[in-house]
Amino acid sequence: MSRLGAQTLAFDVPVAITAQTSIVGPKEGKGPLRAWFDVILEDDLLGQKSWELAESEMVCRAVERTLDAAGLAPERTQAMLSGDLNGQIIASSFAARALGIPFLGLYGACSTFVQALILGAALVSGGYLDNAVCVSSSHYCTAERQFRFPVEMGNQRPPQASWTTTACGCALLARSGGAGEPRIASGTIGRVIDLEIKDANHMGAAMAPAVCACIAAHFEDTGRSAADYDLIATGDLGWIGRNILMELFHRADVQMPDEKLVDCGASIFFQEQDSHAGGSGCGCVASVSCGWLIKRIRSGELKRVLVAGSGAMLSPVSCQQGQSIPGISYAVCIEGGAV
Amino acid sequence: MTQKNPIKPDEYRRLVARMTPHSRHLRGCLRAFWVGGAICTLGQALGALGERLELSEATAPMFTSVVLIFLGTLLTGLGVYDRIGKYAGAGSIVPITGFANSVCAPAMEFRREGIVLGIGAKLFTIAGPVLVYGITASIAVGVVYWAIRGWLM
Repeated sequence: MSRLGAQTLAFDVPVAITAQTSIVGPKEGKGPLRAWFDVILEDDLLGQKSWELAESEMVCRAVERTLDAAGLAPERTQAMLSGDLNGQIIASSFAARALGIPFLGLYGACSTFVQALILGAALVSGGYLDNAVCVSSSHYCTAERQFRFPVEMGNQRPPQASWTTTACGCALLARSGGAGEPRIASGTIGRVIDLEIKDANHMGAAMAPAVCACIAAHFEDTGRSAADYDLIATGDLGWIGRNILMELFHRADVQMPDEKLVDCGASIFFQEQDSHAGGSGCGCVASVSCGWLIKRIRSGELKRVLVAGSGAMLSPVSCQQGQSIPGISYAVCIEGGAV
Repeated sequence: MTQKNPIKPDEYRRLVARMTPHSRHLRGCLRAFWVGGAICTLGQALGALGERLELSEATAPMFTSVVLIFLGTLLTGLGVYDRIGKYAGAGSIVPITGFANSVCAPAMEFRREGIVLGIGAKLFTIAGPVLVYGITASIAVGVVYWAIRGWLM
C-alpha cells in the first residue's frame, strides 16, 4: 500500500472485482448499452409503494445478485459502501437495513460509485476487510421530485439539462481474486473545484473542471498519460460537458485523444431518446462501469481503464440561495489480464 | 491545483456559453402560439356554449374556467399534460389549464407523504408564488384605482 504524488493511492496488494451487477430502468434499457446490462426493469416502481422504496429495492437486488454470483452469503460480507442522491441517502441505508451488512454510507453526488471503489479498495488492500461490496443508485422519479419539479408538471428543459438515470451498479471487491479478474490498481481523490457555474441545469459544465483536474492529477501522480490506458471513462458530463472537458484538457496541455475519452452519461442514451445532454445520477457511472466497462476488462478486450466519476455538489437549498455549484471527481484505475 | 494554466471563472463562463447549444426560440414561439391559441379558442367556444345554455353573464365565464380546469387536471392525471407542456412550453403553461396542471402535478407527486403534509403542504408549491404576487398586485392596482377614480370619472 503506497501513496503516489499528492492525491493518488496505489494498491500494491491487488484488489479484485470478483463479481458485479448492473440494473437499469426501462428507458436506459432501450439505450445503446442495453445488451451489457444484467437486469432491465420493466416496472420502475419495482412493486413498491414509493419511488424511494423502489430505488432501495433496486440496491438490494443488485447486492443480492452480486453476492449470489460470487457465492458469498450476506452474513459473510464484511462491508457495504453505498450512496445515492436522496436526502440522507435513504435508498442506501434502507437497503443496508434489509441486507444486514455492516454499512458505510457515502456521498459524492454522481461520483459516489467511484468514491466507494477507492475507499473499498483501500480497506481491502490494507487488510482491514476481506471483502466489500460497493454500490450506488439513482432513480429518475426520486431525483426529479427532490431537485426539480413533480414528474407530471408540463414544462420544458433546456438543451444542457441531463436526465437522471434509473440505474444501479454494484461491484464486489475481494483480496484474493482469480487469475485474470479485473482489479483496482490505484485511485485518485479529487479536489472540489468551483468555477462559479450557477445554472443547476448545466451540471456537465459545473463538473468538467473537477474532472479535468482529477485526471491531470492522476497522470501527474502516476507518471502516466492517456496513452497508457485503453479507455478513459468520465462519469456523467453528457455530450456538452464532454466537449467542454476536451477543451479544458487542451488548455491544460493534457494530451487526450478524442477516441479514448468516453462519457458514461453520453453513452447510456441515444440522443433521440430525449435525454437532452445525456444521463446523470449516481447510477449512471455505476451501471455503465459494472455493465459495459468491467465486463470488457473481464473478457480481456480492455487491459487498463481509468474511470473518473463526476459529482455536482449542489443541493436545492444552495441553488435557491444563489450559490454556485462545486464539482468533485474521483478517478479509479481498473486493470485486467495477468497480475 | 496541479494544472499549468488554470482557467479563470470569467473565462470559463464564456467558454461554457460558447459551447452550450441554445434552445430553439423561434420554434418554441410558434409551438406556444398555436397550442396556446388552440386552448384560448376552446375557451371561447365554451363561452359561446354557455350563452347557448342561457347561462347568466356572471356564470358563463365561470363555466368556461371550470371546464378548462377540469380538462387540465384530467389530462395531468392521465399523464398527457406533461407531454403537451414539453411540446408547447408557455403555450400550455400560461392558460388556466397550465395553472390546473401546476396544482394537480404536486398533488399526485406528494400524495405518498400524506393528505396533510403531502398534498396539503405541497399543493401550491408551484402555483403559490403566482397566487401570492397575483393577489398582491391586484390589491395594489385596486388601491391605485380607488385613489384616482375621481379623476377618471
